[in-house]
Amino acid sequence: MKVKSGSDPDFPRFKAGDRVRVRKAYPLGHIRTPYYIRGHRGVIERFCGVFGNPEELAQMRSGEPRQPLYRVRFLQKDVWPAYRGNPEDVVEVEIFQHWLE
Amino acid sequence: MSEPGKYQPYSYFQLMEVSLRELLVEKGVLTEAQIADAVEDMRQRSPERGAQVVARAWVDPGYKRRLLADGTKACEEIGLDVPALRLVVVENTPQTHNMIVCTLCSCYPRMLLGIPPDWYKSRNYRSRAVSEPRAVLEEFGLSIDKNRTIRVHDSTADMRYLVLPMRPAGTEDWSEERLTSIVTRDCMIGVAVPKLS
Amino acid sequence: MGGLPAGKVEPTEHAYAEWERRVDALMVLLSGVHGGKRLMTVDELRKNIEALPPDAYDRMSYYERWVTSITQTMIQRGVITTDELGRKMSDVENRGQSPISAERPKP
Repeated sequence: MKVKSGSDPDFPRFKAGDRVRVRKAYPLGHIRTPYYIRGHRGVIERFCGVFGNPEELAQMRSGEPRQPLYRVRFLQKDVWPAYRGNPEDVVEVEIFQHWLE
Repeated sequence: MSEPGKYQPYSYFQLMEVSLRELLVEKGVLTEAQIADAVEDMRQRSPERGAQVVARAWVDPGYKRRLLADGTKACEEIGLDVPALRLVVVENTPQTHNMIVCTLCSCYPRMLLGIPPDWYKSRNYRSRAVSEPRAVLEEFGLSIDKNRTIRVHDSTADMRYLVLPMRPAGTEDWSEERLTSIVTRDCMIGVAVPKLS
Repeated sequence: MGGLPAGKVEPTEHAYAEWERRVDALMVLLSGVHGGKRLMTVDELRKNIEALPPDAYDRMSYYERWVTSITQTMIQRGVITTDELGRKMSDVENRGQSPISAERPKP
């Protein structure tokens, strides 16, 4: 996957309403993409801005390349097989662009 | 609480806190005054500040729009300093109830509301608020009608969240100050709703 | 941690002890807020808490985890050394004892 940066013309890549999938990967290190959401499909609720990458900041590095951050909305019934509630109940999670495809 | 003359040994971690602090002061990284000021600063940050924001939004539709568009700016607009806070305000409606959690640690709008309660940081809340919000809310004594949807917000990165509860019926002629008295911390986390006492 | 099986949420709260408030304040200052020298990030705080062994994590209270993590970070960054910390902790321990604090908070 091409690495995006601030100078890239289509950075940030996503906008509200876009359908996305969270990458399914389990690397070592400090990660702010919760296990429960990896591999799941959702919809961008909003673009939050561009921030330092916490995976890098945690390692005492600069946090670059900075990443666009989004709030992504998922249907609970898609995330939890045994979910009992309203079928339109959602969970909204902040996810960095490099975890989305 | 301490009785004069009654002492007990430092715990290992209290020893660590004292030692770390003294070393940092000796090295000129911080001063004792800065630390004392920062402790006092956080003491002053309390849910009452969030209640002011909610009450203002209840009485002023323009403010409410601005609050939902940019939570941080709206706090600053009414004179509440919230350094480093990126606040997203989510609104309860007849169709939707909002609930906030940080499954990964304990992220919370501390610069607005102060330090979060123990239960918010607990394993049990962090595990179950995302996967079974309705059951957790029942444990808090809050029943959400099956026809309403629940939005759980997991505070995983740089944003922090405040729930804007619905204004209860029967408060139409209340002053803004009186309105703040029914907006509790738990209402702004989303595990309670304002009640007329 | 989201979605793991867990028990009933006990709506516990405790009055924070002064040392806990100081740990909190230390983190605020060390991350550069209120004019503090920015010597670490909240990401390092979280990373070092995540690095705690699972049994230690459960035995420690919230601010015990924080003070451990902050101290670890300061050592990693070379702001203090292990040797300095050890000598200082012995000094403090030998110097005297702390006033009775509020009841030890549950983890």
